[in-house]
Amino acid sequence: MVMAMITATPGTGTEAGGAGLHFATFKPVQTAVYDLLVSPFTDFAFMRRALAGCLALALGATPVGAFLMLRRMSLMGDAMSHAILPGAALGYLAFGLSLGAMTVGGIVAGLVVVLAAGVVTRASILKEDASLAAFYLLSLAAGVMIVSLRGRNLDLLHVLFGSVLALDDGSLLLIGGIATLTLFALALLFRPLALECFDPAFLRGVSRWSPVAHYGFLMLVVLNLVSGFHALGTLMAVGIMILPSAAARLWAHELPALLGLAVAFAAASGATGLLLSFHADVPAGPAIVLMCGLLYFASLLAAPGGLLAGRLPVRHHLES
Amino acid sequence: MHPAPPPIIRFDNLTLGYERHPAVHHLSGEIAAGALVAVIGPNGAGKSTLLKGVAGELRPIGGHVELAALPRGGLAYMPQRSEIDPSFPVSVFDVVAMGLWRELGAFGGLNRRQRQRVREALAAVGMEGFESRPIGSLSGGQLQRARFARLILQDAPLILLDEPFAAIDSRTVEDLIRLILGWHAEGRTILTVVHDFDQVRRHFPTCLLLAREPVAFGPTPQVLTDTLLARARRLSEAFDDHAPECHREERASPDEPDGRPPARADVVPLHRHRHAHGHGDDHGHAGHRH
Repeated sequence: MVMAMITATPGTGTEAGGAGLHFATFKPVQTAVYDLLVSPFTDFAFMRRALAGCLALALGATPVGAFLMLRRMSLMGDAMSHAILPGAALGYLAFGLSLGAMTVGGIVAGLVVVLAAGVVTRASILKEDASLAAFYLLSLAAGVMIVSLRGRNLDLLHVLFGSVLALDDGSLLLIGGIATLTLFALALLFRPLALECFDPAFLRGVSRWSPVAHYGFLMLVVLNLVSGFHALGTLMAVGIMILPSAAARLWAHELPALLGLAVAFAAASGATGLLLSFHADVPAGPAIVLMCGLLYFASLLAAPGGLLAGRLPVRHHLES
Repeated sequence: MHPAPPPIIRFDNLTLGYERHPAVHHLSGEIAAGALVAVIGPNGAGKSTLLKGVAGELRPIGGHVELAALPRGGLAYMPQRSEIDPSFPVSVFDVVAMGLWRELGAFGGLNRRQRQRVREALAAVGMEGFESRPIGSLSGGQLQRARFARLILQDAPLILLDEPFAAIDSRTVEDLIRLILGWHAEGRTILTVVHDFDQVRRHFPTCLLLAREPVAFGPTPQVLTDTLLARARRLSEAFDDHAPECHREERASPDEPDGRPPARADVVPLHRHRHAHGHGDDHGHAGHRH
């Protein structure tokens, strides 16, 4: 943005003089900013679709990611994204690059892994990470094997890295639908889920909500990973779930603030990532995730819960 | 003798344990409604396991626990190592308000009266002014006070406390004991794992001394004797991996003529419970097998 202002101002500033100078320098800056930030979206339908997809992901997937982080399952989102692969690959193998088949396959594979791991966690002495790791590794191995059955796996780059700049109506509806469903489900599950994260033993003691919250939440994770892989691919989908949440956690002391801030961070990263991809001609998925990363590092430096807070000169302490 | 209050918990030849190794072995007995019981015994004696069994967190590997009909959420269990995640972004007020779950459920909102009760509960544990502090900023003792404030709001007739005074300063312990005595006066039933025999002598009328085997159950002055404590220390030895199967259940006596369940005979009635049951006095030691 600064670069654009520098390149835009000199040419026009020399032509105008006197009283018009202020207006003349201001106007082109405004145009340049418009060109930089707005016209990509007004001029190109694919950018508008991409933006709509990103905002839907920010609304649905990011709050789910925040709960993943609070349940100390951040890395499990990553594991889950791998678990989806064999289902998507099977769908691809059977029906080609079909939205429906790959979506259903991914959801089924994800749910099988999540439920199996959930049952093992609750009924054996294995902790959640160990049981989930076992199932997702098996699932990933199966996925790679299935992919290799079909020699041409170029199309599968779509699964791994997504295609946010080529979202068709079907994908957009799917992403929007899953985001809507997620918002409703989170509104219903909010209190049990927060309690399941914060003090699971207490929740088990006072109500029967614990398994509902646990399995319901894992289903939301799977749904949102599937929705994320259409836009960003299985590898990047976790980024827009976890990074904004981690950044927001550094600022927020209460759950509603954390969720709101995380959604705002994710939406901002989505928009700026798309613009970066448009102007610098780089792939959109990684650009969005890198923008999330930028916010994360900025928060890490500036936020009260971050790295610098403990190393700055001590401010005078309060009386009590 | 006043009429015996009905038992709120009945242990029926209860064995609790892990991977077939008993941690609580053949416990039988009854806990009267309104009793204030200190569960004592050496480390590894099965005290926490017993509370877990009563709370329903652990399935018995023999016998059973029967609870009187309680309303849903009528049993409040405070584990020793809380699963509370102190890094969770939540305020002290919200944590204490969770105690109102039985009234609010998953969706209800707090009305003004309930907000007032949350503040009163915080005041009762000496934590006024902490409402908006994040839970992670509390010290160990303050967190324990907050957990007690939550217990106040849970308003449960049966309360199980697992070592509530571990690593807590003496002033906090005194405050919390005052709360517990208040609950006792309100007629609630309380089982507390305690380690400090002084506290037990001063405040708890009834004692259950465990050493995996139940050693004694009755009025505190008669349980806290040197002989019984020494016996408890002797009894709690390590698990033997190659221990033979225990067949004591099969030798348990059949129903007695007056229709009482066989479990009664297996009570550890070295000293009978203060709220004696008006019968069975003559064979108090009948089922004692040590």
